Amino acid sequence: MTTATLAAYSLLAVYSAAAVYVLAFIGYVVDLSGRSSRALAAQPAASASVASTTGTTTVLAPPAPPTAAPEVRDSRAARVAFALTVLGFVIHVLALVLRGIAAARAPWANMFEFAVTGTAVIVGVYLAVNIFRNVRYVGAYITGLVSLLLMLATINVYVDVVPLPPALQSGWLVIHVFVAILGTGFFALGAGLSIAQLLQARRETGATDQPRFLRGFPSSEALENTAYRVNVIGFAFWTFTLIAGAIWAEHAWGRYWGWDTKEVWTFIIWVVFAGYIHARATRGWRGAPSAWLAIVGFAAVLFNFTVVNLFFKGLHAYSGL
Amino acid sequence: MASAPRSKAPTERSGDPHRPDDHIDAEPAADGIAQPKLGPVGYLRFFWRQLTSMRTALVLLLLLALAAVPGSLVPQRSSDPNGVIQYEQNNPDTFQVLDALGVFSTFSSPWFSAIYLLLFISLVGCILPRTKHHLDALRARPPKTPARLSRLVGYTEQTATTDVETAVEAARATLRGAGYRVERYRDSISGERGYLRETGNLVFHTALVGVLVTVGIGGGFGYTGQKVIIQDTSFTNSLASYDSFNPGRFFTDDALEPFSVRLDDFEGSYELDPSTGNYQPVDFTAHLSTRTPGTDWTDADLKVNSPLELGGTKMYLLGNGFAPVVTVRDPDGEVAFSGPVAFLPQDGNLRSLGVIKVPDGLDEQLGFLGYFYPDPLELADGTYTSVSPHPGTSSLLSLTLYKGDLGLDAGVSVNAYSLNVDNLTQIAGPKADTPAIQLTQGQTAELPDGLGTIEFTGLQRFVSVEFHHDPTEGWVLLFALLILGGLLVSLFVPRRRMWIAVSADGDGVRLEYAGLARGEDPGLEAAVADVARKHAARLDSRRT
Ligand code: HEM
Repeated sequence: MTTATLAAYSLLAVYSAAAVYVLAFIGYVVDLSGRSSRALAAQPAASASVASTTGTTTVLAPPAPPTAAPEVRDSRAARVAFALTVLGFVIHVLALVLRGIAAARAPWANMFEFAVTGTAVIVGVYLAVNIFRNVRYVGAYITGLVSLLLMLATINVYVDVVPLPPALQSGWLVIHVFVAILGTGFFALGAGLSIAQLLQARRETGATDQPRFLRGFPSSEALENTAYRVNVIGFAFWTFTLIAGAIWAEHAWGRYWGWDTKEVWTFIIWVVFAGYIHARATRGWRGAPSAWLAIVGFAAVLFNFTVVNLFFKGLHAYSGL
Repeated sequence: MASAPRSKAPTERSGDPHRPDDHIDAEPAADGIAQPKLGPVGYLRFFWRQLTSMRTALVLLLLLALAAVPGSLVPQRSSDPNGVIQYEQNNPDTFQVLDALGVFSTFSSPWFSAIYLLLFISLVGCILPRTKHHLDALRARPPKTPARLSRLVGYTEQTATTDVETAVEAARATLRGAGYRVERYRDSISGERGYLRETGNLVFHTALVGVLVTVGIGGGFGYTGQKVIIQDTSFTNSLASYDSFNPGRFFTDDALEPFSVRLDDFEGSYELDPSTGNYQPVDFTAHLSTRTPGTDWTDADLKVNSPLELGGTKMYLLGNGFAPVVTVRDPDGEVAFSGPVAFLPQDGNLRSLGVIKVPDGLDEQLGFLGYFYPDPLELADGTYTSVSPHPGTSSLLSLTLYKGDLGLDAGVSVNAYSLNVDNLTQIAGPKADTPAIQLTQGQTAELPDGLGTIEFTGLQRFVSVEFHHDPTEGWVLLFALLILGGLLVSLFVPRRRMWIAVSADGDGVRLEYAGLARGEDPGLEAAVADVARKHAARLDSRRT
């Protein structure tokens, strides 16, 4: 197959993945609309006085179940939506593989490719985190965000496969950019959880019962803890991005740090999330204020990827549309 | 998060990582601190406490992020000096205001510096006491077992048919096996693990200071310098050889390592993008020879992303282009000028602009200003463009000729790549009677007014390179890696305490388990359950 046909198939797969995500999104929304009634129906867990007996020891008081999972079971709509998300992800990865083969390099060298890889990673992070902890309740946010971004990317910044300019031919590019994308994936999920946390905290004050689906969500504290875990992993990746970027810059431009526009924004994002981590550990800043910082941080990531790439001038500009 | 029964067990304090008063894990500040006795020392202490509090660190971090934003909105003198000049031309009024604020040098402006200096003072004030406390904690025993474990995280109870002594010893072995440092208090075992978490945190914050110091001070010993090297000529590393040179604050001539570099050949390869019709560069390779004193020339290749190391100096390939070789002769055939002249590329197809100056040897001082087209195509209006970056027999040199005082004797250095035509007279070109001179390789043209001839003798390549010497780069990298390592350890190693208390209960024993998180620790409950299970298994295996 020629480069052009491979790229065309890749684009087709991108469209298909986006369509499947939209279906998943609908499933998640149906699930959300049913959550409040299921939350009312959910029973408090019965606490057993004698949980188990093995050999000579008898467990009297079992450890409390972890509180981070939502109190309600997933509806059928949620399970279907989750299966669709997995399907969409497989097609999405296929699109990346085809694009990579077409270009004979890692498929994240221009804005269109960042967008396709980045959205795949967001979904991948969401799926992976679900293995450890049920966070399906943010599925609507994830699939909504990802299908929107994919649509914007294919409509506005699509480019054909072109060879890399010499300055971008570097193993460090592959690593630096991919780790940045990984960090972005975690920040995206973390921001979703933080948004849920803020809404839940507002509901918990008793001021409002809207939106009702939050009844079926974990407590704001549990949401905050999950968000923190996710954001902290994102922060570790972002720190690595900063260092790998400096090493690459040193190879390509002869200086590891020069306050180029893109460098400035990577730095700003890093500092905002360092602030977020501090806020979590500072009296008076835990809870809503720290959640806002996580959201601002992710907004800065999106800003860095869109506005800074498109409208700001700098050395990174040639990474191209 | 579980609240520690700290007030009930004051001895525990010695094992705590020391934290600023407003850290979420710290004891609330005593009353005296909120309202200090305000002698001068009191003020100083109050101020210091404020500066090294978590809240101040947080606010300074957020301010730092905010203060960096203007640096991305307007061009910076350090990274984009031409952009600054352009900004001044486009918006002279706003430029005045912004320049007064220092926005064009954001990252060395007083306000930006003030924020990060305060932050780092706060940081040092935070690290020092914590390091001391941590060193003490490393030697301290795990804390006493709290009286009521049932109030702690993951509280688990079980009974076993064994005696107290056996159960306690099995508890010790279980916790130790799980990596805890253990201590027996009566019939209970107290365990603590994860000291590495605080170590990682301290390494992380200390390495931040390390980066700042090495970048701020160490960078001053180095230099960067730029040079255009034309094919078959060599460059020797000395101050006078550079086209431009930027020494660090503490630079001395000793930092210039003796070496020479010669450009033997240059290859650029391109690929045609069928959708746009543009040539995309695919690879640039400069074939060089290098030599250090007392050794022979050795071959080396220089590419865009892989700098060449010459001792402690690195050489980077920044740009490349064509250097037409021209020979200018007087009417008698005596050579007035001969040699390659670097023409600077103006677009992707290497349409290149250059200047040839002939100050001596002719009746007049002459200046040629013109373009070189590797693959020329004549446009409808009679001008040319280049349709590919590949040179050939048709490669065209098109020159406008000026005569007059070139201004080379005034003693001020003049840019070799520009020609100030204000005081010159055009004698060949669109504004003169004689049209511009057009030459392909090997051709010779008569100069107007019987001044002589010019020949396009040959074609060579040139590269523009940057030399970079920074003796502290390795240190910066080391600290950066310590930042990363410290961060990973401090974020992902849980620090926790665990207790197993044993009491006689009828024929057997009653066993109680509980944990306490020190910082973020989502896995604590599972860990307590796991310890209880392992302990039970150990007791079972002992009996059978
Ligand atoms: C240059 C500015 C700073 C940055 C970028 C920064 C960044 C961070 C990061 C990323 C963490 C989480 C990882 C870890 O625990 O090692 C952290 C934790 C911490 N930082 Fe900083 N920090 C800075 C300055 C400070 C200052 C000035 C203080 C003292 C007031 C401080 C006190 C702490 C404390 C106590 C923790 C532990 C938080 C916890 O218990 O989770 N930091 N910092």
